[in-house]
Amino acid sequence: MSFWNSSRSGGLVALALVIALLPLTFPNTYFFNVAILIGLNAIVCIGLNLLIGYAGQISLGHAGFFGLGAYVAAILSSNHGVPPLAALLLAALLVGVLAFAVARPIMRLKGHYLAMGTLGLGIIIAIVLNQEVGLTGGPDGMPVDSFSLLGWQPYGDRIWYWIVGVLLLATVWLALNLIDSPVGRALRALHGSEVAAAAAGINVVRFKVLVFVTSAILASLAGSIFAFYTGFITPGEANFFHSLELVAMVVLGGLASIYGALIGAAILTILPQLLTVFHDYEMMMLGLIMMLVMIFMRKGLVPTLANLLWRRGS
Amino acid sequence: MTLLQVDDMSKAFGANQVIEGLSFGVSPGAIHSIIGPNGAGKTTLFNLITGIYRADRGRVLFDGRDVTALQPHELAKCGISRTFQNLQVFLNMSALENVMAGMHLHSDHRFWPSLFHLPMITRRDRELAEEARRLMAFVNLEDYLDAHASAMPYGALKRLEIARALATKSKLMLLDEPAAGLNPSETRAIDGLIQKIAESGVTVILVEHDMRLVMGVSDHILVLEGGRKLAEGTAGEIRHNPDVVAAYLGESARKQ
Repeated sequence: MSFWNSSRSGGLVALALVIALLPLTFPNTYFFNVAILIGLNAIVCIGLNLLIGYAGQISLGHAGFFGLGAYVAAILSSNHGVPPLAALLLAALLVGVLAFAVARPIMRLKGHYLAMGTLGLGIIIAIVLNQEVGLTGGPDGMPVDSFSLLGWQPYGDRIWYWIVGVLLLATVWLALNLIDSPVGRALRALHGSEVAAAAAGINVVRFKVLVFVTSAILASLAGSIFAFYTGFITPGEANFFHSLELVAMVVLGGLASIYGALIGAAILTILPQLLTVFHDYEMMMLGLIMMLVMIFMRKGLVPTLANLLWRRGS
Repeated sequence: MTLLQVDDMSKAFGANQVIEGLSFGVSPGAIHSIIGPNGAGKTTLFNLITGIYRADRGRVLFDGRDVTALQPHELAKCGISRTFQNLQVFLNMSALENVMAGMHLHSDHRFWPSLFHLPMITRRDRELAEEARRLMAFVNLEDYLDAHASAMPYGALKRLEIARALATKSKLMLLDEPAAGLNPSETRAIDGLIQKIAESGVTVILVEHDMRLVMGVSDHILVLEGGRKLAEGTAGEIRHNPDVVAAYLGESARKQ
């Protein structure tokens, strides 16, 4: 099997072990709760890193897709009796179609313009979720019926921990596959030079749209699971601040690093839990972290540390 | 029979008429050079042929097909490849991956099989990597098989771009100043490489300022001035064409 002799397998086995053994160190369910949030953020960030780190396209609106995934799944399952799994898949499909529809015009933009375009998109989604009170409950949020599949209901943080753990492992595996494939090479190539990528026959717009839609669907899936897990969602999940938080996780962990996205998500999810002062000044702290990373570690934590280790080893 | 035919092409940027009513043909299996003073429109012409710019007027026929309005990646699919005057290497990838990216059109780049790393993807990728190594050896980059592009010297990057262009398996390759910034011995090596490429059956169009290189390798030379055709012919004819000598080559060329 190609799985076992590829260099990827080492990291995946290590990650699987961490996920499997971590609960042994958890003194109470609160830790499961934090770990689940880390896992969900990491799934979004891995998708976002495909877009930002590998393909070199910025998005400041991905919380919009997360929020939309949460709300569509919640509304379909809680208000319309759609089976939760079907609701989750329908939400992903809807977000995928929306991302595809806006990607073609938006992905023609570059740099600051792309940032503004995606920012606008995220804000529009957040406004709709806030204003459509009849549908979403407005700023007060809405309760979500619990998840069930053929009569089985995952109940409690432990079960959700394993669900999210398996999904995270699958996401990492698929993302690593994609990067190390002709599709991944095309994405990295258009990051390196769009004209040269096109001259090599790479349909630049098509691949940008592809990676944008892929990352949006991952955000939507994570959002839907978040909705079913917490049982209550607010439009805050879709707001600009959450988008910025996601980008900060990607940048801190390391652009163009799948494990970096995971580490970044872990750090920025844990930090507010540890420091209440972080919670009060979250915006400021995020800004500070972004600045420090940009000044001292432009590649982000994981690539910088990997470089150091590699240099010391040789 | 011509491989590439440019008909009455014009292009202006604002009030600046860069290419004006230009027509010429390129026959297959030879080295064609385009020379002219700075601002004569050489790079603009390359960008028009490869679809980066859209011509205001005129047509481009490639292999008997009208390719005037095609996008760059579609032109690559038709069989036109190029290198760039200011390097456009994928510095975020390894040297080998740069060449493999050049094989995009010959790779299996469907999304779902790539996502699940199906055996056919792995197998095809192994073949591509093998071929990419052969191409790197062809351009004398065997020392950089494991190098990251960002760690390679300038001269090697120039050749890496050529390897990437070769990887597309094009019929026509446009080389935009492949010797610019190279020292004399590196330039001689590029000279040999261009001939090797032409011998392998790829038609070459060369834009180059190094006159010794141009006069040495070219089967046919097109001279541009102010976006128009000034002269056309073999190296010998161009060297002795009084218009060209007056406009461009100067006294030093006549003495050679």
